[in-house]
Amino acid sequence: MKGIRWLIVVPFLGMLGGIPFANRVKPYVLGMPFLLFWVVLWVVLTSLILWVVYRFDPEAREEEGK
Amino acid sequence: MNAALAVIGVFLLLAFYLGVRARQGKDMNLEQWTVAGRGFGAIFVFLLMAGEIYTTFTFLGGSGWAYGKGGPAFYIIAYGCLAYALSYWMLPKVWKYAKEHRLMSQSDFFAHKYKSPMLGVLVSLVGVVALIPYLVLQLKGLGIIVSEASYGKISPAAAIWLGVLAVTVYVMISGIHGSAWTAVVKDFMILAVAVFLGIYLPVHYYGGIRPMFEAVEKANPGFLTLPDQGMSVSWFISTVLLTALGFYMWPHTFGSVYSAKGANVFRKNAVLLPIYQLVLLFVLFVGFAAILQVPDLQGSDADLALLRLSIATFDPWFVGVIGAAGLLTAMVPGSMILMTSATLLAKNVYQVFSPSTTEERVRKLAVYLVPVIALVSLYFTFRGGETIVALLLMGYNLVTQLFPALFFSLFKNQFVTKYGAAAGIVVGVATVAYITLSGTGIGTLFPGLPQAVKDLNVGIVALAVNLVVTLAVSAFPPKFFPFAGEKIRRT
Repeated sequence: MKGIRWLIVVPFLGMLGGIPFANRVKPYVLGMPFLLFWVVLWVVLTSLILWVVYRFDPEAREEEGK
Repeated sequence: MNAALAVIGVFLLLAFYLGVRARQGKDMNLEQWTVAGRGFGAIFVFLLMAGEIYTTFTFLGGSGWAYGKGGPAFYIIAYGCLAYALSYWMLPKVWKYAKEHRLMSQSDFFAHKYKSPMLGVLVSLVGVVALIPYLVLQLKGLGIIVSEASYGKISPAAAIWLGVLAVTVYVMISGIHGSAWTAVVKDFMILAVAVFLGIYLPVHYYGGIRPMFEAVEKANPGFLTLPDQGMSVSWFISTVLLTALGFYMWPHTFGSVYSAKGANVFRKNAVLLPIYQLVLLFVLFVGFAAILQVPDLQGSDADLALLRLSIATFDPWFVGVIGAAGLLTAMVPGSMILMTSATLLAKNVYQVFSPSTTEERVRKLAVYLVPVIALVSLYFTFRGGETIVALLLMGYNLVTQLFPALFFSLFKNQFVTKYGAAAGIVVGVATVAYITLSGTGIGTLFPGLPQAVKDLNVGIVALAVNLVVTLAVSAFPPKFFPFAGEKIRRT
């Protein structure tokens, strides 16, 4: 399951790949203009993705078990 | 007004006391001084890294960009997050190798991986040239924050001297332990102050976050998105990518990786740091709130947005708290930079040319270099004109040039040679210097290209040239080069 680390690429694709489409003010989400919301959304998703990677990463599990 | 002064003074003393006291119970050798004997757990490393990353730029520059530039300021939130994602993969590898070989500095890493102390010297010089302007920037920020927050009672120069004196003394005594302990105070303060300001100010002046953004958009349509030209979508993407790659290439950030006691420290921190860095969101809110309230800040005065709005809004004692938080945001990275540059010069430059120097002597030399580097930085802070501005602009792009050599060294099959690594770094640094000093953009190099390509961050060009040279030179066998017999000295 070391391949789970490939998930790390997802935040790069999501955050940056979405910018051309997210470059707009409306709709406001959580009070923020859409572009800012998009960036913040990916910050939160990055955290979640890294947590998933951490849960399944064999090297992290091994060190945890020590 | 005296209330503000008193609060700033109390926090300066507290930071100084903690910084000095941090030494207690430590037998101070080089490993203890620079990397805390590799004994820091997740929380200390978290605070230390957060402490280095959230600098005066966060405080003044983040709100200043929101105030002066609008939408492009969002890049500040994006790049750190991607750097942390990358760190999950990169930092455990770096830490393990550093522990196995008892490395103390970033240059040690390059010197050992490529078996070339000369490459270590090169990396140290690039690092110090990028670090000193970075320290100057922190000091200038410190001066502005303290003098504004004291309502002009303390001059910027006096504030800078006091701050530097405190940092120099505790770094000489406690090394990285001093930085870590002041980082504890700093992180709690910046978190509390930024979140409070970021929520209170929009609510107080506009009735909420959304009404604030709507008012800004109404006053200046398009301000909250990326423009079609200049800081456009392609500028944003290329800048975020470059900055994310360069993030851990700063010698003091790279070096603090070694202070951890296990590789999982970085994996855990990579999960938490993106969320933590949303503190920056609140700093941006403050900048946007200031636009319609203190509307006449032009050019680089935009960096005063946070302080001017706070002074207009709060009682002096609370302005003092903000000033104290600002002071600490300069002191923590400042202390790490001092310690790191001193270690680089003593260990990775001096010891290479004088190999018989013992480790204890290297430590002493590093300790005595701290006040020297502090004085050099003070000189540039007060006297450096254009040079220092140019170096500052280059700083991030300079350290990013170390990324290809580091990246290729992390794979099992190391096909990049020391010559490739060195040539790539030299050519990359020269390209950065040339394009920065001559003010070249991609548009001036290739006028016929579409706008989206012209807007790319010009640092991409340097990194691409670096990459090509690194790979091309590595294709030649080592016997083509001088110093082929260079031996690495095991410490």
